[in-house]
Amino acid sequence: MNVETAVRRPDEATDAPPGRTDAEPVPVIPTPEPVVRPTAPAAVEAGGEIRIKDLSVYYGGFRAVRDVDLTIPPRAVTAIIGPSGCGKSTFLRTLNRMHELVPGARVEGSVALDGIDIYSPEVDPVQLRRVVGMVFQRPNPFPTMSIYDNVAAGLRLTGRHKRSELDGIVERSLRRAALWDEVKDKLKQPGTSLSGGQQQRLCIARALSVDPEVILMDEPASALDPIATLRVEELIAELRRQYTIVIVTHNMQQASRVSDRTAFFTMGDERAGYLVEADDTVKIFTNPREQLTEDYISGRFG
Amino acid sequence: MAGATLAAQPSIAARLTGSRVGSRRKVVDRSMRTLALLAALLCVVPLIAVLAFVAANGISALSLDLITKPPKALGTGGGALNAITGTIQMVALGAVIGVPVGVLGAVYVGEFANTRSARIIRFCADVMVGVPSILIGIFVFTFLVLPVGHFNAFAGAVALAVIMIPVVMRTTEESLHLVPNALREASLALGVPVWRTTLSVVLRTGLPGILTGSMLAFARAMGETAPLLFTALGSRVVNIGDFGRQMDALPLFIYVNARQPVDALNQQAWGAAFLLLLVVLIINIAVRARSWGQRIG
Repeated sequence: MNVETAVRRPDEATDAPPGRTDAEPVPVIPTPEPVVRPTAPAAVEAGGEIRIKDLSVYYGGFRAVRDVDLTIPPRAVTAIIGPSGCGKSTFLRTLNRMHELVPGARVEGSVALDGIDIYSPEVDPVQLRRVVGMVFQRPNPFPTMSIYDNVAAGLRLTGRHKRSELDGIVERSLRRAALWDEVKDKLKQPGTSLSGGQQQRLCIARALSVDPEVILMDEPASALDPIATLRVEELIAELRRQYTIVIVTHNMQQASRVSDRTAFFTMGDERAGYLVEADDTVKIFTNPREQLTEDYISGRFG
Repeated sequence: MAGATLAAQPSIAARLTGSRVGSRRKVVDRSMRTLALLAALLCVVPLIAVLAFVAANGISALSLDLITKPPKALGTGGGALNAITGTIQMVALGAVIGVPVGVLGAVYVGEFANTRSARIIRFCADVMVGVPSILIGIFVFTFLVLPVGHFNAFAGAVALAVIMIPVVMRTTEESLHLVPNALREASLALGVPVWRTTLSVVLRTGLPGILTGSMLAFARAMGETAPLLFTALGSRVVNIGDFGRQMDALPLFIYVNARQPVDALNQQAWGAAFLLLLVVLIINIAVRARSWGQRIG
């Protein structure tokens, strides 16, 4: 959408995640040769790799998600798909410890962001969330704030802003969220005056303003109309070179359009969600390893 | 007429339209509805009666003197300036003490307390709204008047604060309850600390409701008489700013002057009553009109 986005990390351009053509619905041709993915050595320069080991999530005595082993590559889009109630959102929220807002929620196992366990006592969840941002299902701009203030909120409320830099950061964030041209003349109007799709992109701009490495998206387009959905998907495509993006969606077409990698979750015994398999999106949608995945992809359940 | 199997049954037409079908029920229904309507009207009558009565008697007593002059030291005449200034000062100080306590208490109950303790505190606040205000007067009297040995306006302001706290707390809590959780999450997900989220997002979003509650508490405290009888006591001189001494208030002014066997003083009481009613009514209407507009808008 805009060229400016490429500026953030210029050396990133060469490190593009493979296996992804354009915004075509379902890729028909499976890639024959094993694809090269950025792994540990590459992750040193491209930060934002998440390694999840043996992760289980509990709400009190109820185990909502069990035994997830998953590596989320940096600077790529990872989609999490699966039927309702399989713990996709719960899992997503453990990546920036938002699940801790629910009393009694806890995890076992480890989540390492660039090698640092985010559940170790030294890691402050407040700091973590500045590195791992989040976009929610329903657009949730602050109703008392203007468009400008909504974007600036992340910096103002975390006390990290220099007044002189604020204008620049707000503009850059809005440009990255592909919203600048639509709102540049009405920055003082309330954020809630925008349309639903614009509000969601405003929320993305707000998340970008604090300069995260990882962006978690919890069904970011499910409350939007098709055109607004398309714009959000285009935006995700723009952002994938600069951020590690994890997107939960129950829309399989969307997963196939926007993601480089796909992880398929489903619900197992005692209603505990678990990871069935994770692979390159093309592989998952054309030639999955597990029968369960194929059944779900082809619409036989879920 | 009827089939063999349904010999005992009258026809459907007869069952649906028979003249006596449900007629008794209809009569009872209509009379009970009328009764309920009368009861509802009866609820409104006192308000209108009081308004009309006070207005009729007070409007003639309303004069510039009433709001600009203190009572004369000797004889009759003068105005209620001592009471007006006293009410403003004590209610203001009461709000300065009571509103922060009420708001902060609501933040605790609404944002941080577990369900059990929240329910207990909420229950206590509800009970406190219903505690006879004279008891609050006596309570403050024992703590802030007896030790210093004389009636004082500070004790009056504290007594009013005690009355305002539960009102502010409950209305604030309700308005915080209306703040969508998604906003708290949005803020926390940005890495905003909890305290800052509470202050800049939750309280900020609930601010209209908090103001509404504070204004209602303000109006309520303005009309309180009993707590002030034991604390500020009343005064015939204008007391500006000396909270260590006695101070007058509109309800006290009304109480004292209405009991005098002098018509001129009774008239002043009517005037003060009308003034008080007017202010309280304006606050109430303004606040409700505002929240009304919000609900529609």
